[in-house]
Amino acid sequence: MAPHMSENFLRDLVLEEALPQDEEKKPDTTPKKTVQMPVGVPGYTLQDEAREVPESEPPVWPTNKDLKFVGQSVERWDGAAKVSGRAKYTADVQLPGMLYAKFVNASVPHARVVSVDTSDAERYPGVKGVHVIQHVFGGAVLRDPSLEQVKYPVVRFAGQPIAAVAATTPYAAEEAAALVKVKYETLPFVVEMDRAREENAPLVFPGAADQAGTAGGGGGPRNVSQTGNVHGPSIKKQGDIAQALKEADVVVEGHYITQVQTHSALETHGVVADWKPEMLTVWASTQGTASVREELAAFFNIPASQVRVITEFMGGGFGAKFGAGNHGVVAAALSKKTGAPVRLMLDREEEHLSVGNRPSSDQLLRIGAKKDGEITGIHLVSYGSAGCGTGAGCAGPATNLYKYAALHTEENDVFINAGPGAAMRAPGHPPGAFALEQTIDELAVKLNMDPIDLRDKTDPHPVRRVERQVVRESDLWKSRNPKAGADTGPVKRGVGLSQSVWYRFVSMNSSAEVRVHRDGSLEVLSAVQDIGSGIKTVLAQILAEQFGVPPAQVAVKIGDTNYPVGPNSGGSVTTLSLTPAVRDAAWQASQKFLADIAHAYGASADDLVLVDGEVRSKSGKIKPVSFRRAAAKMTTDQITVQAKRIPDYDKSKYLTYGGVDVAEVEVDTELGRVQVKRVLSVHDCGRPMNPSLVISQINGGVIQAISYALYENRLLDPNYGLMVNPNLETYKIAGSREVPEIDVRLVEAYLGQSSTDASGIGEAAGVISVGAAVGNAVYNALGVRIRRLPMTPAVVLAALRRPQPEMELA
Amino acid sequence: MSAHEDSHSNPGSQQKEELLKHEPGGDPPRNGITRRGFLKGAGITAAGTALLEGVHGFNTAAQSTDPGVKVLGPGAVPVTLSVNGKDHAIQIEPRTTLAEALRIQIGLTGTKVICDRGSCSGCTVWLDKMPVNSCTMLAIDALGRHVTTIEGLSEAGQLHPVQAAFVKHDALQCGFCTPGMVMSCAALLESNSHPTEQDVRHAISGNLCRCGTYARIFAATLDAAGTSRKA
Repeated sequence: MAPHMSENFLRDLVLEEALPQDEEKKPDTTPKKTVQMPVGVPGYTLQDEAREVPESEPPVWPTNKDLKFVGQSVERWDGAAKVSGRAKYTADVQLPGMLYAKFVNASVPHARVVSVDTSDAERYPGVKGVHVIQHVFGGAVLRDPSLEQVKYPVVRFAGQPIAAVAATTPYAAEEAAALVKVKYETLPFVVEMDRAREENAPLVFPGAADQAGTAGGGGGPRNVSQTGNVHGPSIKKQGDIAQALKEADVVVEGHYITQVQTHSALETHGVVADWKPEMLTVWASTQGTASVREELAAFFNIPASQVRVITEFMGGGFGAKFGAGNHGVVAAALSKKTGAPVRLMLDREEEHLSVGNRPSSDQLLRIGAKKDGEITGIHLVSYGSAGCGTGAGCAGPATNLYKYAALHTEENDVFINAGPGAAMRAPGHPPGAFALEQTIDELAVKLNMDPIDLRDKTDPHPVRRVERQVVRESDLWKSRNPKAGADTGPVKRGVGLSQSVWYRFVSMNSSAEVRVHRDGSLEVLSAVQDIGSGIKTVLAQILAEQFGVPPAQVAVKIGDTNYPVGPNSGGSVTTLSLTPAVRDAAWQASQKFLADIAHAYGASADDLVLVDGEVRSKSGKIKPVSFRRAAAKMTTDQITVQAKRIPDYDKSKYLTYGGVDVAEVEVDTELGRVQVKRVLSVHDCGRPMNPSLVISQINGGVIQAISYALYENRLLDPNYGLMVNPNLETYKIAGSREVPEIDVRLVEAYLGQSSTDASGIGEAAGVISVGAAVGNAVYNALGVRIRRLPMTPAVVLAALRRPQPEMELA
Repeated sequence: MSAHEDSHSNPGSQQKEELLKHEPGGDPPRNGITRRGFLKGAGITAAGTALLEGVHGFNTAAQSTDPGVKVLGPGAVPVTLSVNGKDHAIQIEPRTTLAEALRIQIGLTGTKVICDRGSCSGCTVWLDKMPVNSCTMLAIDALGRHVTTIEGLSEAGQLHPVQAAFVKHDALQCGFCTPGMVMSCAALLESNSHPTEQDVRHAISGNLCRCGTYARIFAATLDAAGTSRKA
């Protein structure tokens, strides 16, 4: 599976801690047993495979159809709290005596800060503290810091935080922030990537600079050259690309351009920080309670044991919310200074400007193939801008989707004076797939092959093969006219498909505690946070399956570093990393429970089992008794078990997963407007733990991808270096009227890798591939290929004009 | 202007004006109700005057020559807001938005502030059963009106049918847009008990959801209305 995936590529892509099975360097002496596990796709390839697993592992679960709670569409555990307004997000936390903080942000895109005069702000009524930033988080850092001898951090983008004010009301904070006087020595700036690549362009950094990776996978390669603003190339080679392209019968080539997208989570980044001498407590809107604690402890040089981070509910992150951030550090500093809790939530403009975005791309892609569709070589040269950061590489799909004889990729980051990029749902993959999957489509046209047949020839992944079969048999695909541009009217219909790939990353920082109380109630605790994907529900389902009680009756306590450490939620790691630890803890707790109560029933522990909420005797010696009644016989008030993630069962292979998406569009050739009418999304994620929650994530991924393909675009003014649409009305995001009919088909694909055999879905959930599917559908409608995002009416009309001058409008 | 702009423009106020028209009992539009109405009315009503003073720091005494105009502010003033059937005596500066008064002074944080400028409808509450963006409305313009927030939609711990349908259909993910979505969808059912999917799309065209749960919001709202009729 995925024979060409290199470990180096994975290292570049994600956090170190999430690398597949990154521990276990020493010989494994754990006692083992051999079990038979279901592996494959039910109805297609399902069979039992043997696995060597630690003796302490729970019994193998059957496929979903034979489970009671796991694998079922159980209602979201905290749904009622969310629909009734009871759910408390970070933005809702109010503490006695809490102060409101407001940033002072740079008004220019590039400058040295000469002075920061806070005297008027400090005197303003209600102001309790002012903090001037000495170290800015986010963005690249000079390899040789001595190149800049400055008192304050150099401003590299408009909106970079410079200082912050804490006051008794939000108004006082805002008004006082406006009184902070910042004196700039402005520097030449550049906000257009093409201009930044020119030899005489203004330099964003005076020397080579690198961005450190974050827990969520931001940042780019470090050991590469830098020329001017161009950081790179980062080159990966396999085979002889020149020879491979020479040997090809057909070579297709395209130049693809994609825009910058902002995460635009509805809850902005922010914290409430409460600094006490013995403990810093921080409520944070974060995808990683662990990552916030780690950074705050490091920055303030205090032990991790004296930092507590709480995230009970959080309003979306999509990859941008890892670590303490400037807001976290500044709020904590202001709390320390003032002796009061400090709330610092960004406003919508700050959210667009300073806390991350999906980098742009400019890709030249060439693919050579034999007449039968076999790919000889893939050659990609990409430039992309993550603003004053790095991480714009997008070679993932080209590297990992298809078989080829030779591969050559060169990825470059281009610095511009804009806010730093951050990991965003499947970093690098939506732009990469937009180019790759359109090029494959073009190859199918050139070879006169069906796009599915071509992929059957070149894509070795066994699950995507099944998914393509599902597509092939669908009404939507059957309704596709293989002849592009066949419709005669002004509104033309088209259907196109695209594939996606993502990777199985396991975070070993995944542990949980399960408690069984004498009254029969159950608790599960982990520091993991629920970012909207529904991990709370899944944890409740696992305990329900083990103890036979309804999931709603399980108390799920997460999002607090006081509980056993949980994974940071990025790269689709949460469910697949944490659930085996929770199942192991639940299983061990049930065994301890049976051993504890056996004596009260005059039975041996070996004779007792816990099935469907009842304690039963295998020998039939005692009558079945309900779990709750049996719990009353416990000899202790509480049985407690903690468990941590063990490595995947079969470490011999890296595993990937993904999906196939089909889009149907209507293109108005007079107005240039593209409407997505229907989407068919066929996806796999190991054992779907809760199909309804998985489908919700895929619905969202499809809509975010359509939004990326047609509407979203961060616009920077080249004359002033400012973002002109930092809001939610001129930064266009797909809304209710742009949403197509979405048909999600989940393909159960058992891998035999853990006690739950779950995988993740967040990245592969249509986010990667639907943009390209829309591109291929537009080609199918028009017979004209659009290689630029977003496909706005202007872009569509321009594309129509070039090959069809007779259509030019007055 | 792109085609997308055409289909997505100025969503919240459009829906609210529609609902005004459909309001049972034909309650006529009043100053200070819709965002547009409020802006038109600013400077005429006591509230409008206070707004201008709050923003520009005008001297209150020097400006108010009309004896018929009641002047509030610029400092904090005592007011009583009727929220979820209960009177709340609070001290607010006249410039305080309804969303701020609800969240900060009264502590009802179910109402979310997302864009803070009336373009995402995350802060939707009802004013006498009519949905409004509470982030672009002054709290003092809600005096004498009945405000209903997401917390007030469920009665005695019993979820409103729309809330229950949202849970049943998993019409939410992170949940941050959910209070505003629920208020918009429940308001639609107040004025139209048998909506089509197109009606639901229209009613929430101003409500932004970043997780992308729309399809399930359509299903939940139609289910709550007891209809699965499609447009």
